[in-house]
Amino acid sequence: MIEENKPILSVKNLSVAFRTGNAVVDAVRDISFDLYPGETLAILGESGSGKSVSASAIMGILDSPPGFLRSGKVVLDGVDILRQTRAERRRLMGKSIAMIFQDTLAHLNPVYSVGWQIAESFRTHLNLAKNEANDRAVRLLEQVGIPNAVRRAGDFPHQFSGGQRQRVMIAMALALEPKILIADEPTTALDVTVQAKILDLLIEMRNQRDMGLIMITHDLGVAAEVADRILVMNDGEIVEHGVVSQIYANPKHSYTQKLLGAIPGLGNYRETQHDASKESATPLLRVEDLTKHYITEKSLFSRREREIVKACNNVNFDLYQGETLGIVGESGSGKTTVVNMLLKLIEPTSGSAQFKGEDIFTMQGQSLLNLRRQVQAVFQDPYASLNPRMSVLDIISEPWVIHSDVVEKRDYKDRVVELLQNVGMLPDHAERYPHEFSGGQRQRIAIARALALQPQIIVCDEAVSALDVSVQSQIIELLAKLRDERGLSYLFIAHDLPVVKELADRVIVMKAGEIVERGAVDKIFEHPQHAYTIELLAANPIADPEQVADRRRRRGIKQ
Amino acid sequence: MRQFLARRIFHSLISLVGLLVLVFFLARLTGNPGDLYLPLDSSIETRQAFTEKHGYDDPAYIQFGRYVRDLLSGDMGESVRKKRPALEIVLEAIPVTLMLAASAMFLALVGAVIVGARAAYRPGGVFDRVASISSLVSASAPDFWIAITAIIVFSVHLQWLPTSGLGGPIYWIMPVCVLLIRPFGLLVQVVRSSMLTVLSAAYIKTARAKGVKEKSIVFVHALRNAMIPVITVAGDQAAAMANGAVIVETIFGWPGIGKLMIDSIVQRDFAVVQAAILVTAFVILSINIVVDLTYAVLDPRIRKRS
Repeated sequence: MIEENKPILSVKNLSVAFRTGNAVVDAVRDISFDLYPGETLAILGESGSGKSVSASAIMGILDSPPGFLRSGKVVLDGVDILRQTRAERRRLMGKSIAMIFQDTLAHLNPVYSVGWQIAESFRTHLNLAKNEANDRAVRLLEQVGIPNAVRRAGDFPHQFSGGQRQRVMIAMALALEPKILIADEPTTALDVTVQAKILDLLIEMRNQRDMGLIMITHDLGVAAEVADRILVMNDGEIVEHGVVSQIYANPKHSYTQKLLGAIPGLGNYRETQHDASKESATPLLRVEDLTKHYITEKSLFSRREREIVKACNNVNFDLYQGETLGIVGESGSGKTTVVNMLLKLIEPTSGSAQFKGEDIFTMQGQSLLNLRRQVQAVFQDPYASLNPRMSVLDIISEPWVIHSDVVEKRDYKDRVVELLQNVGMLPDHAERYPHEFSGGQRQRIAIARALALQPQIIVCDEAVSALDVSVQSQIIELLAKLRDERGLSYLFIAHDLPVVKELADRVIVMKAGEIVERGAVDKIFEHPQHAYTIELLAANPIADPEQVADRRRRRGIKQ
Repeated sequence: MRQFLARRIFHSLISLVGLLVLVFFLARLTGNPGDLYLPLDSSIETRQAFTEKHGYDDPAYIQFGRYVRDLLSGDMGESVRKKRPALEIVLEAIPVTLMLAASAMFLALVGAVIVGARAAYRPGGVFDRVASISSLVSASAPDFWIAITAIIVFSVHLQWLPTSGLGGPIYWIMPVCVLLIRPFGLLVQVVRSSMLTVLSAAYIKTARAKGVKEKSIVFVHALRNAMIPVITVAGDQAAAMANGAVIVETIFGWPGIGKLMIDSIVQRDFAVVQAAILVTAFVILSINIVVDLTYAVLDPRIRKRS
């Protein structure tokens, strides 16, 4: 079907480089591909692979300086758009070729209404009058599934949820019926259930308009879900190119094989599963009826009364020595609220949490200091959770300054080196600063810091969510190894299920502040009971094109 | 919006009352006005009579009670020096200052937005470098020196402009220009740095990907987002000007509020000092309310939060 058509977009030998100081770094090296009408081409790669830079170059929105085009052509309708004047190029942008982005809150102008921003395309390219442009914007919002479109067109980006904002973005991109849509990680920031709906919408829009869709993603599941063909990029080059079934069933390049092997949730459950029921001893941590309610501020601009938001409601669980408890839930489920209360970063409204039988919320003085030592945390964003002005040595040894009896000052260096080696880093990394490391390496440093006080519990709040899949699997492996060596207990928070599959003994599924389902990890995955757990599992993109096609048929979407 | 305004006005009134108390008692710490008004050789009886006539012999809190009572009936007292109601004198002076300040501020703001935006559009370019250096010079120039130099050049040597006084438009040129130089330089820098940040924002990329014209990207998409810090600084500068551009008013002989205040303080004309400060404070608080409202108009997120 595809081969009969002529391509609508041909990228030929495109190379992009960045100037950094005196050096020139190649970001994209000599990539070529064609895009045909009505097809989805996925560009798959990890961070730094050059996939987003290629898209920016095609769209003419490369950050320049420092980025610049080295060579290559981008042919659209027989014209090399890279050789066009700025004015000619501008007339194509948004009209023939459009783009949507990952971080919709940052990519929509905060001070103009969404209706205005959509209508702008009509005013700019078609010179439509304000009223007509606005009417069309409202119709587009309806098409992408925004309820009450007439009223909501006047709302501002921050008043929409992440999923709705992506719909707005799609409406804006599709305003002038472009032939090509480039989607740069459009669902990465979204919950899995929302992600599934946005992907369905994109496919529906592509089919209606016979549009060519370029889907840039790091997620093998998303690529399998939507793509017809896949380009795998690594280090600025295309390493593999093929139809989706071939890539997944029979990957040729070693990098593709490595990527496919790193997908979370493919491995086995933990072998030495903890049987909590057999534990006669008291649990390490017992959480009873933990509740946090927020009361909203009374608004000055509307007559709305104060409301109570139940961020977390009557949460109960036990955590035993050496056990890993996965807490899974989408944004707003209250999982981070639970963590923040247990780390004593916020006060609970009611309920208790006992660490070895003592209530942590009434602790003071020495016992509180001891609790801080025994419970350590690893956070989601390794860029924000390490102080950029402290060296790795300072970061890892800081806990010892506070808990001065753990390590003698003259032994700091040796112990830091030892910890760095435990987490798979090199001794001379101790003298460096966080910005010199990649995301995965920074997360290793954060883990080393958490280990410094030899805690019994480590709380991992989305500790692998910001990482590339191949790095993600390494960190999960590291966590498992450290747990087995040291008998650690983990509270492992995640927004989707696959990452907890290999690590957790038991899983708690949270929704809207409540626990909806709990059980042993294999039970949750094999025999989920609650509708929400089933929905979560079903919404997760599977990196297997055959299963995907089957599932999509069931959801009523044409392939 | 109405409630927001009401709350702001209420807060402003509290500050006003605090200021009132402070100024009243601080003014009385400067000494007895009679010592300045009456001839040095005047008799003790004359001095006594003056003090009693104006009630300066009562304890300060009784004087304050009287002041508040009169104030509530709209009476701000009488100038000892000019023998006229203090409020009348102040209300003659304030429009002069406000007109001067408003013209200077308006020109400075418009000019700064154009120059700052243009400079930020191509950072490191020729225009940017010229604008950055000259705005630094203008922000740090001492205004009394500029005023005097301008008088020497334009009035004495070239004889294009009058040296001082109040009259037709030609009298306005030098005072306004001298007054706007510093705020202009400062605002160019604020506009430039704010626009630099905004122009690298993600939504500017989105606008480019939509094919929006560059002019519209700078002046529609970016400028409104960049204005919040600019308005903050501009409001601050405007408040300082409303307080009386003392130096400019003195050098150019303008009968504005700044000059009036200095004269009254020097002469211990308490009623006028109090009235002048009260009226100026009212103007400044109004400017702050306007600044807050401008924030809310510019940015819907602020509307929601407050």
